[in-house]
Amino acid sequence: MKTALYDIHAALGGKIVPFAGYLMPIQYPRGIVAEHRRVRTTVGVFDVSHMGEFFFSGPDAEKFLNWITINDVSKLAVWQAQYSAFCYPDGGMVDDLLVYRFPDRYMMVVNAANLAKDRDWVLQHLPKSGVEFADRSDDYTLLAVQGPRTRDLLKPITGVDLDALAYYHLAEGKVAGLPAVVARTGYTGELGYEVMVENRYGVNLWEAIFEAGKPYEVEPIGLGARDTLRLEMKYCLYGNDIDATTHPLEAGLGWITKLNKGDFIGREAILAAKEKGLTRTLVGFVVEGKGLPRHGTPILKDGITVGVTTSGNYSPMLDRGIGLGYVPVELSAIGTELELDLRGRTLPLRLVKTPFYQPQPVS
Amino acid sequence: MDIPANLLYAKTHEWIRIEGDLAVVGITDFAQGELGDIVYVQLPQPGQTVDKGAAFGNIEAVKAVSDLYAPVSGEVVEINGALEDGPEAINTSPYDQGWMIKIRMANPADKDDLLNAEQYQATLGEH
Repeated sequence: MKTALYDIHAALGGKIVPFAGYLMPIQYPRGIVAEHRRVRTTVGVFDVSHMGEFFFSGPDAEKFLNWITINDVSKLAVWQAQYSAFCYPDGGMVDDLLVYRFPDRYMMVVNAANLAKDRDWVLQHLPKSGVEFADRSDDYTLLAVQGPRTRDLLKPITGVDLDALAYYHLAEGKVAGLPAVVARTGYTGELGYEVMVENRYGVNLWEAIFEAGKPYEVEPIGLGARDTLRLEMKYCLYGNDIDATTHPLEAGLGWITKLNKGDFIGREAILAAKEKGLTRTLVGFVVEGKGLPRHGTPILKDGITVGVTTSGNYSPMLDRGIGLGYVPVELSAIGTELELDLRGRTLPLRLVKTPFYQPQPVS
Repeated sequence: MDIPANLLYAKTHEWIRIEGDLAVVGITDFAQGELGDIVYVQLPQPGQTVDKGAAFGNIEAVKAVSDLYAPVSGEVVEINGALEDGPEAINTSPYDQGWMIKIRMANPADKDDLLNAEQYQATLGEH
């Protein structure tokens, strides 16, 4: 499949790769590192239209979402968003996702790679009445506009009061004259907004943002830099750092796991794991030497495998290899020194405080 | 894309330049473009021998790690030490400042199996 912006990505020289059933740009001609720095210094735009959008309404929508997700939907105010997840009964993760509350409905944004699985999961648990569910993943263009100058870029082209829009809140309004939903969310750690419009407005929205972004040298950003940006923030990526074999507490997602909100799918198993005590935990590390860890790179202590890298790459901001991985809890203290087995070459690593990089505050 | 006519090429996207009994080895403009931002390069030490078709090192790019294959057999007599701290030279100057190693060829006939610029260009058409 192609997003509404495929022709634009191709015309801009984007390197197109298959991703979750879509043809998506992994990078543009300036490359991943330059794109990464663009987002950290001014503003970049990501086409994330491949992500899925589910809608829930009806009298029992909140109750249902509170049963099927691990965060507390009852705490969500109208026009507020929440990071959450679906878990299996055994505590393993189906997907991580965002829940957005509108006055009359909820929207859920899920990973493209998990779209079919998530839809099945919802349908499998949907009550016979009381909740209306619609998968409208193919209907919307979603652009993530991210970077410290994002607000300066968007202000002149939107009626939405961006100064009043707090982190993890959303609003409906016009952007470039087009009906849009604007949410102050993102996957980069920078100031940023995600703008959603119907597909027929996608190209117009893109063009208006690039026109308004000229003073800030706005650039298109591909999936490659999306990954290095989220890695510097230690944001989990489903399929890498979290999956059906990891539970949210060991993934460092205790803050979205509301064990006291009442029953939900996976609660019993997660509670049992918590009471038993975690055996492993997701940590961040820097490589002491020249080499880049990758998903699956073994983590060793004194030559013996004790853990595994779940995400790893080059950090453009730290100018070194960084990674995330699971290690035994007793080896998880910040400052702990372990080793990586990089295809037969042993390199030292050191556990560090995360996020790896602290974005510059924007007033 | 730049494919100089005075070089010989391997299907695995390395080039060599013949200098007497030495072969200077690097990777092509196409290869560096596919790899994207190059972060580290692992090269053999001078004095080590390399075998035609076998891996002699690897390149770490942001996108992926890739092996480097020796286009000819022989002894490594010199490596480009500047790549240790400046591997981006492979991106910016793949045929000049981005050269990697010099091999004293054990068997000069090895080069007869390599491609000329036109033949190499034709292999890229398959991409």
